[in-house]
Amino acid sequence: MMPSVAEERRAPRIVGVEFPFGHAFGMPGDKRMQSQTLLLALRVLAGAAAPGTRVDLDVEWPVPLREAYRAWQPKVASPIVRQFLEARRSTA
Amino acid sequence: MNVDSFRFLPRTFRPLYEGRGPFPGEEDAVWAPFEKRLAESRIALLTSAGVYLKATQESFDLAREQTHPEWGDPTWRRIPAASNPSNLAVAHLHINDEDLLADPEVALPAKALAQLVTDGVVGGASPEHISVMGYQERSLEGWRQRTLPELIVQLRDQNADGLILAPA
Repeated sequence: MMPSVAEERRAPRIVGVEFPFGHAFGMPGDKRMQSQTLLLALRVLAGAAAPGTRVDLDVEWPVPLREAYRAWQPKVASPIVRQFLEARRSTA
Repeated sequence: MNVDSFRFLPRTFRPLYEGRGPFPGEEDAVWAPFEKRLAESRIALLTSAGVYLKATQESFDLAREQTHPEWGDPTWRRIPAASNPSNLAVAHLHINDEDLLADPEVALPAKALAQLVTDGVVGGASPEHISVMGYQERSLEGWRQRTLPELIVQLRDQNADGLILAPA
């Protein structure tokens, strides 16, 4: 989901997916998408020739961005996000 | 196409992740060759979605994270590959877990892996997969000292040839 971060952290083999957080393998109930993602990960695991190999999955998330952006987020902000927002407010 | 790593992240959070580089002392490439054919290999899965067995395992420690926002539980759970999805729970304060609970395959595709084994694409699936919490304190001290050594023992005990890491 954040392959550029994995690259910076020196992950040896990376599959990039442009999916919302919490959905590394795809949409719930979409067995084809999940299997396609897993299969690419397995191919990269077994077939990558050098450290830092990155292959991105060319699949678009089938939900409008605005809706998907809202949907993955928790109903209550996580403790670290609350802390971050409070710190930002206090310095504003 | 190139995946946009920040497509689903609030814009204000992007600088927290982007351009940070490797951890100090971890600048060198990490590499272990994968020498067997996939069709002869046993594969394990690791999810960082905080999945656990609700009837028999303790939840990850969310109470401490609530009071110590920069801390994340470094423990891990064994998830049998044949687990019924209705027996799984999720401890994760950073995502909406509705989809994950409805279909755990979005984070831990044990059934998809089993199907690839049946199809002969993969040699076998580890009898147990692994679940951790992705949110960890920045030093990763608990991970370095305890979690990783334990996971290595677990994967060797399971005769796993390869591990698919799935961030949540």
